[in-house]
Amino acid sequence: MEFVDHHIRDKYLKVDRLPHIWCPGCGIGSILNAFLLGMEKAEVDPDQVIVVSGIGCTGRVPGYLNMDTFHTTHGRAIPFAVGLKLARPDMHVVVFSGDGDLVTIGGNHFIHAARRNNDLLVILVNNFNYGMTGGQVGATTPTGAITTTTPYGNLERPFNIPYLAAAAGAVYVARWTSLHVRRLAWSIAEAFHRKGFRVIEVLSQCPTTFGRRNKMPEGIDMLRWYRDNCVIQHYADPKDAEIVPGRKIIIGKFIDITDGVETFEEKAWNLVRKFLGDRIEIPFRKGLRCPKEIPG
Amino acid sequence: MSLSPGIYFMSGNSAVAEGAIFAGCRFFAGYPITPSSELAERMAARLPRVGGIFIQMEDEIGSIMAIIGASWGGLKAMTATSGPGFSLMQESIGFAAITETPIVICDVQRAGPSTGMPTYVGQGDVMQAKWGSHGPYEIIAVSPSSVQECFDLTIRAFNLAEKYRVPVIILMDERLSHLYEKVRVPRKEDVIIVNRKLPKSKKNFLPYLADADLIPPMPPIGEGYHFHVTGLTHDERGYPKIDPEVQDRLVRRLCDKIRYHADEIIDIQTYMMDNAKIAVVAFGSVVRPAIKAIKLARSKGIKAGLINLRTIWPFPEKIIREYAEKVHTFIVAEINYGQIVHKVRESVNGKAKVVLLPKMGGAIHTPEEILNEIMEAR
Repeated sequence: MEFVDHHIRDKYLKVDRLPHIWCPGCGIGSILNAFLLGMEKAEVDPDQVIVVSGIGCTGRVPGYLNMDTFHTTHGRAIPFAVGLKLARPDMHVVVFSGDGDLVTIGGNHFIHAARRNNDLLVILVNNFNYGMTGGQVGATTPTGAITTTTPYGNLERPFNIPYLAAAAGAVYVARWTSLHVRRLAWSIAEAFHRKGFRVIEVLSQCPTTFGRRNKMPEGIDMLRWYRDNCVIQHYADPKDAEIVPGRKIIIGKFIDITDGVETFEEKAWNLVRKFLGDRIEIPFRKGLRCPKEIPG
Repeated sequence: MSLSPGIYFMSGNSAVAEGAIFAGCRFFAGYPITPSSELAERMAARLPRVGGIFIQMEDEIGSIMAIIGASWGGLKAMTATSGPGFSLMQESIGFAAITETPIVICDVQRAGPSTGMPTYVGQGDVMQAKWGSHGPYEIIAVSPSSVQECFDLTIRAFNLAEKYRVPVIILMDERLSHLYEKVRVPRKEDVIIVNRKLPKSKKNFLPYLADADLIPPMPPIGEGYHFHVTGLTHDERGYPKIDPEVQDRLVRRLCDKIRYHADEIIDIQTYMMDNAKIAVVAFGSVVRPAIKAIKLARSKGIKAGLINLRTIWPFPEKIIREYAEKVHTFIVAEINYGQIVHKVRESVNGKAKVVLLPKMGGAIHTPEEILNEIMEAR
């Protein structure tokens, strides 16, 4: 047996920061790997990709990337990214954060950036709870689920993220899981070459603070749940994407209408151009180069 | 581009906007709030014409985070708000402080607490400007008292933010924001504009390794520096480190880079203080009736003078301490129930009498009110 002391995508990582903080069985590592693979497939220059996060387990992703990265405050990755992207429309700006961060505390920024069509790629890791703080209920926790702050079961109804994103105006909406890493990577690659507010929800597993209180004590148990219950259905109505225990989970690409839709950045800089004409040079990021459809 | 040299007639809010554009501000994110809204309106109209971006965000938290992002994107950036919005921004001010992001926030103070009196003057955000975010940190706050100073101190605010990589707050008040006065716009070449220092080389680059002046160079994005910026306690590499020693090193430097340069930063103005026995300490709109009161006092043969706190933070302790040897009474006139008076008392340290002349908000002091206090102190 041959051992290697490096990984082929180490070049994208600050390897001197490893090992990472994530628990055994956590899904974030697989999603991070899919992200790097997707970025590679998209053939974008990592130096031109800026990754922004908020707070939480997923919020720690940027700290491991050997790129220009920002770990901001809780819930505020999107408005930070909005300012960054407006200042540098030539950069790919990726928001990589968790469900609690992006649609609970940061929910307002999420819907407004979608409405405005800010040119951001949002990778939203949904582990159904607040993992870092010990497993409290969030806006994505399924009804009835046990968490540390819903010891008798969650009384609330969770957000259906694809539906929320679509309703708010996101131009690219997909959902994958930490099990469907190959399709996730392709989706990320594809989304890199779309423009506008793009949301990829990734269902993940959190055995430490969520799974073990909900009859899925090991990471593999939640992956089995995804294997047995996920149905890939492209262009499904996002309304049907609600996650209800005991029912099938729809995954796939729901929305892809980014061609021809002007982004807020384009509008804002075109306004500048209207006044200053050729006196100002505005670099926008490069266009489509990736296959349009995700292969089977 | 920015206004051509000459004399203009404008409001305090407009003068801040024009000062910002003059200083090179090319990004504004804000949320409507009385009495600062005209500032955002002016920026919305002006920025696209000078090659800048205006965005109205969904709230004040979004506004300040957007300017922090834009600043890292390389643009000089600002927001404007009033008390309620300023309260919402506090967490992010701490984030800008720990990440050493140059930003400018104009807080047009109105009468509080809470919604208070939105269209009436207040000066109740003085302590919040310094201590509003959690944890130990330092910021800079300037306080103009005329429309001309709104223009001039805004340029200074941007210069200080860029030089020290720190949030700078323009502590305005409602009365000044809506006051129309003459503003002289100088020639570009007569004004010093400071830009953040950039790293000299990518080789062995450490994003949070400070130079001898305690300020680290700020790397641009997209050029292969591969730097990480975090609100967590971090070492010189920018890596999160949950370690009391690293915390000590970082927090000391964040505070000391301002404290050690306090003399350079502090720019206060005095009026008739040379032989004064009574010092009125005021800032913002209150400076105006205070000057009148001192003129009246002098006409009665009373040796009174004024200390105008144009720089409120860092607080000019040394200057107050020096005057404490010369005057017998300090009268602190502010539109709140006692904030900056605490710093004056601390600096005076028992060497002279310190009297608070408060106003709860809604109106500025009249010259007679200040004169009465001077007469009383005589």
